[in-house]
Amino acid sequence: MSFPWAKQYQPQNSLMKWVDERLPVPRLVYNAVGAGYPVPRNLNYFWNFGVLAGAALGIQIITGIVLAMHYAANGAIAFDSVEHIMRDVNAGWLLRYAHANGASMFFIVVYLHIFRGLYYGSYKAPREMVWLLGVVIFLLMMATAFMGYVLPWGQMSFWGAQVITGFFSAIPGVGETIRVWLLGGYAPDDAALNRFFSLHYLLPFVIAGVIILHIWALHIPGSNNPTGVEVKGEQDTVPFHPYYTAKDGFGLGIFLIVFAVLLFFYPNYLGHPDNYIPANPLSTPAHIVPEWYFWPFYAILRAFTVDFILPAKLWGVLAMFGSILLLFFLPWLDSSPVRSNNYRPKARIAFWVLVADVLILGYCGGSAADPVYVILSQICGAYYFAHFLIILPMISRSERPTPLPNSITEAVLAKHGGTSPAHTALTPAASS
Amino acid sequence: MVRFIALLVGLAFAGVLALALFGTVSGLITDPPAATAEHEFHKHPKELALASDGPFGKFDNRQVQRGLQVYKEVCAACHSLRLVAFRDLKEIGYSDAQVKAFAASYDNIPSINPDTGEVATRKGLASDRFPSPFPNDIAARAANNNALPPDLSLMTKARHDGAAYLYSLLTGYQNQPAELIKHFPDSKTPAGLHYNPYFANLNIAMPPPLTTEGQVTYLDGTKPTVDQMAKDVSAFLVWTAEPKLQARHGAGFATVLFLLIFSFLAYGAYRNVWRNMKH
Repeated sequence: MSFPWAKQYQPQNSLMKWVDERLPVPRLVYNAVGAGYPVPRNLNYFWNFGVLAGAALGIQIITGIVLAMHYAANGAIAFDSVEHIMRDVNAGWLLRYAHANGASMFFIVVYLHIFRGLYYGSYKAPREMVWLLGVVIFLLMMATAFMGYVLPWGQMSFWGAQVITGFFSAIPGVGETIRVWLLGGYAPDDAALNRFFSLHYLLPFVIAGVIILHIWALHIPGSNNPTGVEVKGEQDTVPFHPYYTAKDGFGLGIFLIVFAVLLFFYPNYLGHPDNYIPANPLSTPAHIVPEWYFWPFYAILRAFTVDFILPAKLWGVLAMFGSILLLFFLPWLDSSPVRSNNYRPKARIAFWVLVADVLILGYCGGSAADPVYVILSQICGAYYFAHFLIILPMISRSERPTPLPNSITEAVLAKHGGTSPAHTALTPAASS
Repeated sequence: MVRFIALLVGLAFAGVLALALFGTVSGLITDPPAATAEHEFHKHPKELALASDGPFGKFDNRQVQRGLQVYKEVCAACHSLRLVAFRDLKEIGYSDAQVKAFAASYDNIPSINPDTGEVATRKGLASDRFPSPFPNDIAARAANNNALPPDLSLMTKARHDGAAYLYSLLTGYQNQPAELIKHFPDSKTPAGLHYNPYFANLNIAMPPPLTTEGQVTYLDGTKPTVDQMAKDVSAFLVWTAEPKLQARHGAGFATVLFLLIFSFLAYGAYRNVWRNMKH
């Protein structure tokens, strides 16, 4: 694990020495996020988002635990208990708005984290396991967020639960039975609300556990970097502490400013007004829309409007789950040995098209199902699958990457010394 | 092998979507969606500027108090305000004594007679919430031509454009345009409903609640025009939906200021640590 030049933990006093000999937790922390973890020196700001995602999870767990002390998971009083938190609990409005907007912030940083991984090829060998665990975390986050959104028991909570659990009824034959079993009834009610609350409390700790595995798996090969070139020697790395703790400290400040502006000044901007109407099984909202972070997948679900061998609904559900599950196969679909899209002219174009594609899908998913948006969703949905399953595998075979720098240090010095990387790739590294 | 299976899966999804696209487009051509009265005549809310708007927003207590008066004298005949307690009124500038007196002016708080155990009513206490005009939804519907007047506590957060929507709705009643009846004869406002272009389906069950100037007599001498009453009650319902707005804005400024200083110092620390390291 880690590089041979990684610094070793030296207990500073007899107490820490005593602890280190018996339970080396300080050593573990030192090697994980301290000076004992050598990290490429050329990481850009996109490498801040892993730490920020961890911070977001921490905020969610802390605010969530306190909210759970005041919330009541019972259909008759759940809505009012949330309003009790907003009105009568000391700083309850702060807790609830922090938790609701914290979920959005968590998804924003995780989407940027995934964007970083896709652009710089962080999913490729030898980091496949880091990527696979990351996709597991993403799936767990989606499940947790969905169940959390049900808890306030507003109109969107109820109808969102109705729609999402309805996916299972698309399974041929046993679908309806499974749906009723999952909900504990024919429609979302106390049984569903209680089990969602229980799981919503459990899953974040499962996420925390998978994050530990994610970081563990990361520390075997070490972090990727913007060049995608592996670390060659000590000159390519800096110790995580103080170099990246300092940089992450600044990143955390910016993250918290954005979070604070959202929380204190626009707390309902990302929410839906209908969720301030108590759940009513007899009144269907005009447009049932999930939270913004599900919009691209919701657009894919709604794009399937034709029965072809299978019913349209089943196609939609398969495609929606498939759009995330295909990420598990990405390390093997993209066979190019070059990681960073900086050196992949064709893949880079396809990547930016994909980014635009997902943003358009998101916009469509958040809009009413007008024919214009359905058509856009169908085109963009088709490109989404084509990108990962057809275009990227083909590009990775035919593409000629531009010359890579010989090492991280060489790329860094070329940036500062004005030597073009295209030339330095052919000449010996400049002295450092 | 993985890439071959992926190719097939990709072709399947993309192919079915191409079929679906063909279906949607040809459907659009052969059977274009008919224009609806809702689509053509529904209006976006008018502009409404309130003191509570924006990051610096604070409640204008005098306006919120006037809005309370409009609620009590007009809206409360049908609409409940079940999440708001009398004690909350201290936040909009009433004294303890005023709140107690206001609460005591209600003598219909549902209660149990402590001696006989029978259902009874009693005078309001500061800790009570606003009593609802109807004992339950069935009674509310029975008294309102089968329409249910919604609770107003959260109304400005439960509709797009909140206060502006409410203000527009209250001042938006009008006769159905001749144009509409000409083009959409089926969309004539049914008996018992009222045409209002700001309402989603254009026909609302609520009769115009604010109709004449001077419907309430403001204690502070403000001229009670329909427009003024609509603005005031909208401002009041912004407060009922978000009573902690002012505290939130204040805490927000302190937090952002703190974080700006923190980030500035953190940036300095970052540059200092990295000063001799090219990256």
